[in-house]
Formats: sequence, C-alpha cells, structure tokens
Amino acid sequence: MGDLPKYLGDAGTRAALLEKLLDHVYLSLVPLLVSVVLAIVLGLLCHRFRPVNAVLISLSNVVYTIPSLALFALIPAMIGTRVLDPVNVIIALTLYTTALLVRPVAEALAAVPSHITASATAMGFRPWRRFLTVELPLAVPVLAAGVRVGSVSNISLVSVGALIGTGGLGTLFTDGFQQRYLAPIIVGIVLTLVLALVVDLVLVLLRNRLTPWVRAGGAP
Amino acid sequence: MIFADAFGWLLDPVNWSGGKSIPVRIGVHLLFCVGAVLGAALIAVPLGLFVGHTGRGGLVLVGGSNALRALPTLGLVTFLYLVGGGSTVSVVIALVVLAVPPILAGTYAGVQDVDRGVVDAARGMGMTGAQRLWQVEVPNAMPLLVGGLRNAMLQVVATASVAAFVGVETLGRPLLDGIRVLDYPQFVGGAILIALLAVVLDAVLAVVGRLVVPAGVRLSGRTRSKKAQSRRREDPAPVESGGSTA
Repeated sequence: MGDLPKYLGDAGTRAALLEKLLDHVYLSLVPLLVSVVLAIVLGLLCHRFRPVNAVLISLSNVVYTIPSLALFALIPAMIGTRVLDPVNVIIALTLYTTALLVRPVAEALAAVPSHITASATAMGFRPWRRFLTVELPLAVPVLAAGVRVGSVSNISLVSVGALIGTGGLGTLFTDGFQQRYLAPIIVGIVLTLVLALVVDLVLVLLRNRLTPWVRAGGAP
Repeated sequence: MIFADAFGWLLDPVNWSGGKSIPVRIGVHLLFCVGAVLGAALIAVPLGLFVGHTGRGGLVLVGGSNALRALPTLGLVTFLYLVGGGSTVSVVIALVVLAVPPILAGTYAGVQDVDRGVVDAARGMGMTGAQRLWQVEVPNAMPLLVGGLRNAMLQVVATASVAAFVGVETLGRPLLDGIRVLDYPQFVGGAILIALLAVVLDAVLAVVGRLVVPAGVRLSGRTRSKKAQSRRREDPAPVESGGSTA
C-alpha cells in the first residue's frame, strides 16, 4: 500500500492511466449504446410478434449463461474477426447487454395501458409516431433500470478482456500480477468502481430528464 | 475452419489423459465452483433470511450487494492472490466474495416478496417467529433463492475460468495457454468447454430448483404472476423494477 503515492506520483504513469481509463470507457459504453438501440428494436418485435418473443427470450438466457472469457474467444471463431481485436469484446458485451435488456423492454411496451395507446390513435398519431412519442417514453423507466445494471456489469467485464489482449483498466491487473506489484491493481479496482458509480449517476440524471412526469408525481 | 480444428483439439485422446487433461480440469473447475457457492450460501442465506425476516438493514444490504457487482473479477482475483501470498485459498476467497451478493439478494428478495397477507395469516394462526420463517417464508422464498444460487454459480464459473490466469488448473487454462502460444484450436476448444460447463451447471441447478420449490408455491406463483401481470396492465404508472436483477 505504501507504494501507491510513488506509483501515482509518476507523470508517465498518470498519463498511461488516463489512456487506459478512456479505453475502458470506450469499450464499455459503445456496447451499451448499441444494445439500447438493438433492444428497443428487438423488444418492439417481441411485443408485436409472440413467436419472436419466445425465441429471443430463450436465446437471451443462453447468451447470458456463457462466461465472458469464453464468449470473447468464441466471437472471432464465429464471425472471423482477428483473435486479438478489441471488437470481439465490444460484440460480446453488446450481446450480453442486449440479452439483458430485451425482456424488460418487451414487458414495458406490453405494460403501456391500452387506453393511452387508444387515445394517441384517436388523436391521429400514426403507429410509428405513437411508438416513438408515447409508448417508448413510457418504457424509459424500465429501460433505464436495465441500462444501469448493464453499464455496471459491462464496466466490470471489460477488465476480463485484458486476458485476451484488449486494453482498458484490466491491463493494470495483468501487469500488476506479472510484476507482483499491488499498486496498479488497487488503482485499477478503485478506478473501475469510481467509473461505474459516475456512469450510474449520469444514467440516473438522464432518466430523470427523460421522465419529468415521474418526478411531478402525476400519472402519464 | 476454426471450429473444426477446435473440435479436433477437444476430441484428441492426448488431451483426455494425464494430470493436465480435460477431465482433470473440469474436476478442478467444478470443485472450485461448487465449494465457493456452498461457502457463499452458508454466509449469505442465513444473513438474507435474517434481514428479510426482521426487515432490518435491507437498504444497506441491497446497496452493498449492488456495489459489489461493479467489482472487476480479474482485479479481485489478482489482488487477493498477491495479498494472500499466492495460495489457492485466496482464489476460493475471491470466488466466495463474488458469489455472496447474488445469493444474498435472492434470499432477501424472496423473503421480502412473500405476500404480507400470508405472513399475517400465519401469525393469526398463532405461529411463532421461527415457525413463520421456516414453514411460511422459506418455502415461499425458494424460487428467488434458487435464482440467486444460479446467478452465483454463473458468476463463479466465469470467474474460475479467469482465475486460471493466476495459475490454478481450471478450464480457463487451455484457453489462456492457447492465446499465449497462438494455438487457436486449443483457445476456442477451451472456450467451448467453459461455455458447455456453464450451460450444463445452470441446467442442473434449474432442475434442483424445480425439486426444492414446493408444489403449492409453484402453483400460487403461476396464478400470482398472472394476477400481477393483469394488475400491471391496468396500473396507469409504468412499473420500475429496482435495477437489482443480475
């Protein structure tokens, strides 16, 4: 522990840490953004077509069961990307997060009260506009809850990518272990936790902005 | 074709005998996982039952176990391994630490979720606190408790693979060796083994879950979820799930 000030005192180390942190943010948040879009599309499909629902839900369960290290290794074998390419980690995390989000999105869309959709239709909303401006916003609280879980788990899982040559804060663990040096490992754990906390706070703020009616306490 | 080569590696008799063979590694992996989940259950189930039954400390517990979810598994494993002087015990400790939050959350949510009317009825019938806990709350909490155990097992199977990095002979070893010497069939073959083990273990626990959940709870669960669904459809406000699902 006494090594920490010495380790952090070096300007070169701090620059390297910042770079790893930014890598980590990139590797964990790109999958989050992509899977929000994917989950909305797939959730809509599930909501509209029952058979799709059953297939996607069981597929999500299987994806969620596969350990991250194995999925990182199976992606290049399945789609032919290079083994050491960070894109494997991004795709794997996108699969996990989408698997996590599809079911809640489908259920949230199904939970929109029929009198609300009926009023929107009666006011002349076409299906797409009704979906984007009425049903989707009402699903935001559920979606946000899922996205928060997904962001925490992505931020923690990116580190595993260090074992197959991806950057990010995980390299602090592999390097620290190889040099039998605790300081980078401690810094890596703390930075991961802080990053997860900050992203979570941002997501809560974003959710509150997107759903002003919840705070106002009124029913939609 | 990389999958064909990977199956070639998987089926090669050379990999099925000796001290570093596939069966031995599956055994070591299982030993770590089952041991860690049992150890974690010994800590987390009583604690979850206590908090769920008394209702004391629920917020702290949920917040704490959510925060633990953010802990990077590789960081925890390497940290404890160096601190513990490089012993296998520290890997087990890391696995237990990661298995506790899901079991705790499942047990607590299970007890917490029991219909208050049911608990009140039990009290009205003159059941003592212990009787209510063991005869009413625990059986009703079983589905969520088993769900917590399954989540913990998934987490532990994944982390035990990662732990091969610090030198334990789990199924992560062939995968990590494969990437180090750029032996892709072994790399992908190892990944297939880990994925299969995880799916099979999860299925086994699902079956165990069916066996330990009392038939009455399963039936009432079915009707209750139907009722909950229809209630949700009529409910004007969108329902927010607490964000504590794994």
